[in-house]
Amino acid sequence: MEPIIRVENISRTFQAGNGQVEAVKNISFSIEKGEIFGIIGLSGAGKSTLVRCLNLLERPNEGSIFIDGKDMMNLSQAELRRERQDIGMIFQHFNLLMQRNVIDNICFPLEIAGVSRNDAKKRAEELLEIVGLSEKAKAYPAQLSGGQKQRVAIARVLANNPKILLCDEATSALDPQTTKSILKLVKEINRDYGITVIVITHEMAVIQEICSRVAVLDHGSMVEEGTVEELFRAPKTEEAKKLILNEFRHIKEMRSERMIRVTFGGSSAFEPFIGNAVLEYKTPLNILYANTKTINGNAEGEMILQLPESQEIADRMIEYFKENNLGVEEVDHYVG
Amino acid sequence: MLDKVIIDMLIEGTVATLYMTLVSTLFGYIFGLPMGIVLAVTDQEGIKPNGIIYKILDFIVNLMRSIPFLILLILVMPVTKALVGKTYGSTATIVPLTIAAAPFIGRMVESSLKEVDKGVIEAAQSMGAGTFTIIWKVLLAEARTSLLVGVTIAVGTIFGYSAMAGVIGGGGLGDIAIRYGYYRYESDIMFVTIVILVVLVQILQGLGMMLSKKLDRRHM
Repeated sequence: MEPIIRVENISRTFQAGNGQVEAVKNISFSIEKGEIFGIIGLSGAGKSTLVRCLNLLERPNEGSIFIDGKDMMNLSQAELRRERQDIGMIFQHFNLLMQRNVIDNICFPLEIAGVSRNDAKKRAEELLEIVGLSEKAKAYPAQLSGGQKQRVAIARVLANNPKILLCDEATSALDPQTTKSILKLVKEINRDYGITVIVITHEMAVIQEICSRVAVLDHGSMVEEGTVEELFRAPKTEEAKKLILNEFRHIKEMRSERMIRVTFGGSSAFEPFIGNAVLEYKTPLNILYANTKTINGNAEGEMILQLPESQEIADRMIEYFKENNLGVEEVDHYVG
Repeated sequence: MLDKVIIDMLIEGTVATLYMTLVSTLFGYIFGLPMGIVLAVTDQEGIKPNGIIYKILDFIVNLMRSIPFLILLILVMPVTKALVGKTYGSTATIVPLTIAAAPFIGRMVESSLKEVDKGVIEAAQSMGAGTFTIIWKVLLAEARTSLLVGVTIAVGTIFGYSAMAGVIGGGGLGDIAIRYGYYRYESDIMFVTIVILVVLVQILQGLGMMLSKKLDRRHM
């Protein structure tokens, strides 16, 4: 089956002063219908440019983009505008019309699509119901909290029944609690309406919360791509490791000579592998950090362990964990 | 001093001043608003960048704005004569007032429209909005508070210009002030016209500001 999004060798270069900035370098990927695909990278990695290439808010200098089989680069202006109605986009700063109230904000894309005033109003009221803000219909954006504004933006984006939803750092301006509720809403939309979602973020937590597949972007290039579990268990590139280990910065006070990050799936959680290792090598191990996460509905655990001073025993412990099918990598370069 | 003849003359002058100011503002916007829109839209950062159109219009606006109003009054007399049939009186003054106001209004409209949040414009583009829709429903609608403040400033400025036109027999309060205060040394009548001018400016400014605040939904 044709993927809903197929991107082939796109590049986007900007003229900056005397030089050129390659924001997106020769990127290719495909997204299947109904997926929640994450694109993660640090700021300046080219995420925002890449996502804007998908609806041609940024026109790639090279390459091609196919949405639902349609060659986006060869559409006329009018065709492109029609196509954009099927590709919704939500933003970090919500981008609501400040001079319009909530219901009229949601009516806006319907006005663009030429829907009659009455039908638009009716549809907007339904959508407000879906995002749980019916009582705020007459409020203005300035009277809403960040989370509420993003809910209005989501209602607005759903108005024209899009096939694709692009989320550009949609939760980056929100607190963790609100982030969770917005991600939950996005997940429901994906499930209930079969909308394909592309999530742009710099936070691994967001990816782990809702994405099935993820691509890592670094300096305009896609350096790694795979399932979220793969990236969590065995990040291959330096960039991916940095992003995953970002959340351990706070344990740098406890840093020691040699540390490893161990990851384990649901089944290995029953094995007392730390205890076994200690018993086997008669040397204590220190747990600096431990956590379990739900990734795509599966429990995944991770630990940061401080290895014994003896190099030999440390190496043997790493071997032991690897034999037991745990994900193991040394992290002392990344923490702190 | 303030007999019926003078009072009638002052009332007539006030009406003439308001007539010149408001009609010139209206005409100023008829020409200036599209100019401002084109400037904002064709700017490098605008929604339809076009270097050539922008530069030409930018040059014309700058050129017209650099001519002092008093000189412009005299310069455009042939145009005034062709359009109105005479070069003195309130109606004739509307011609140079409009020509002076349009580029200045264009600049104010341009800067108001450029204040609109780029993200909101981008959101509209992502929904498939065309240029005309963005101008009408995003730029002008979102900038309405700033545009109304602009109207208030324009009215105040044109009001001041209209008084200056008194020098060449432009009619209105400025004309009265110059004739009585300057040529006939009747400074008391000039003083009364000044008071009327000040009160009128205050009322116009107050109304404009009140309206723009009332229509602003950005702060609650």
